[in-house]
Amino acid sequence: MTRGGETLEPILQIQHLTHTYSAGTPFQRSAVEDMSFDVYDGEFLGIIGHTGSGKSTLIQHLNGLLRPTSGRVLLHGKDIWAEPKKIRSVRFQVGLVFQYPEYQLFEETVYKDIAFGPTNQGKTGEELDRCVREAARLVGIRDDQLDRSPFELSGGQKRRVALAGVMAMEPQVLVLDEPTAGLDPAGRENLMANIRDYHRNKRRTIILVSHSMDEIAQNVDRILVLKSAHVLMSGTPAEVFARADELLTAGLDVPQVTRIAMRMREKGLPINPAVYTVQALERELLALRKGGAAC
Amino acid sequence: MLKDITLGQYFPGDTVAHRLDPRTKILLVTFYIIALFCAKGAVSYGLLALTLAVCVRISRVGLHALVRGLKPVLFIILFTGILNLFFTPGERYLVEWGVLRISDTGLRNAIFMVIRIMLLIMGTFLMTYTTSPISLTDGLERLLNGLKKIHVPVHELAMMMSIALRFIPTLIEETDKIMSAQKARGADFESGGLVQKARALIPVLVPLFISAFRRADELATAMECRCYHGGEGRTKLHVLHYAARDWAALALGAAILVGVLALRPLGL
Repeated sequence: MTRGGETLEPILQIQHLTHTYSAGTPFQRSAVEDMSFDVYDGEFLGIIGHTGSGKSTLIQHLNGLLRPTSGRVLLHGKDIWAEPKKIRSVRFQVGLVFQYPEYQLFEETVYKDIAFGPTNQGKTGEELDRCVREAARLVGIRDDQLDRSPFELSGGQKRRVALAGVMAMEPQVLVLDEPTAGLDPAGRENLMANIRDYHRNKRRTIILVSHSMDEIAQNVDRILVLKSAHVLMSGTPAEVFARADELLTAGLDVPQVTRIAMRMREKGLPINPAVYTVQALERELLALRKGGAAC
Repeated sequence: MLKDITLGQYFPGDTVAHRLDPRTKILLVTFYIIALFCAKGAVSYGLLALTLAVCVRISRVGLHALVRGLKPVLFIILFTGILNLFFTPGERYLVEWGVLRISDTGLRNAIFMVIRIMLLIMGTFLMTYTTSPISLTDGLERLLNGLKKIHVPVHELAMMMSIALRFIPTLIEETDKIMSAQKARGADFESGGLVQKARALIPVLVPLFISAFRRADELATAMECRCYHGGEGRTKLHVLHYAARDWAALALGAAILVGVLALRPLGL
């Protein structure tokens, strides 16, 4: 894949991945079925799908928490299960932040909690200190908060600490499962801004799982749409939202702006339905007023 | 892995065994346990094993599920068996091997003891498999109602029991989730010695306790919001009634118990 002239290397390759729960019993069901896709180095990938579409099961394969029933996950071209004993090193390279990660905090101080991951990696001394402070800074935790107990912090701050705990391991791929779930709109935007900064400064791959189309549309380079254990479509936001009708028939949402554009089209205005940001819609409407549709 | 634990697990169904009043089932299991401990000889054990087999058949709970329930106590069963086998003095010794001797009584005791524990566990499991935890505690509360007169907090105990049962699956799920989250941060639960393994559990236990307290707090608030104030004057949505089948089952259960007791002096 190329973007802006530079060729992007695949960092993670998912090949015919299938995961079956309770195999061999009447409760057998596949949460992930024959999924194949690549994740490129440095990209910001969004994964979207309904609850039960297999999102959570899929991402737990990326760092080897779950073992595929069949199929492979390649990291830098190497099967992560080639040496099951070394699966821990995969977890340091693919950092996974679960939903509601604030419930995993356990240490006496924020600093120690963030240091848990990097310490497991074997980092010590100055390097450890640098990782912890840098991660804390990335998510907007102030220095004076580092010595406080994580349980004294507010919900949003706890989540930032948990996020920093994974970022501090300096993974090459950061997987975030609904990082903004349960936060108020300001908190959401704030946290997403931190994540965008991280991506911009570090140039590391981020996989963002969400069920909010707006959040995905505003942040990612590429979208993967999942539906009932399969990949329904993948492409840039413009490509995916150009197929907004398909998304809607699949029971998925489209960004609010796209919905407005679709309505306007229905009313007879020649608007490109693939717009997904307020700015783009504004441009479209201004162009329309000048008399010529810009598609 | 953690989800495989069967504890008070309920298999919904619509058989006679499921429809019996929970009080009946509790009483029947009590009869069964008394009978098991009074059984002396092969005839009694055979009768009790047959009873269980018939009950299992009626309830349509697979034998597989019952046997799976035995797994966690396998060690205790083996331990009791071996202890009885080697350390029961008897008149005749079948094998002598240093300090280890197997007497005829020892062999007999070991076999009966193992059968007894297995039947005991399977019988109790059959009850929890066919009775939902809620109706089980409901039944227990009604059965022990008389104890209220001597100021035993029966309602409170029953409520505590149903809450505890209700939260077992939740906590197991939560443990799984926290373990995964810590594994994602490189926690290692498998390698190292005993001390190291115990230390590795701190990152799991601390969040687990915190979430358990949080849940308890939320539950207490929710109950108070709905004006819960204990058992005083509280009515039931499902009032328990004995039906004809309950009387029949109780009579049959009592008959088996009497039968076993009658066989006892005969040593059968």
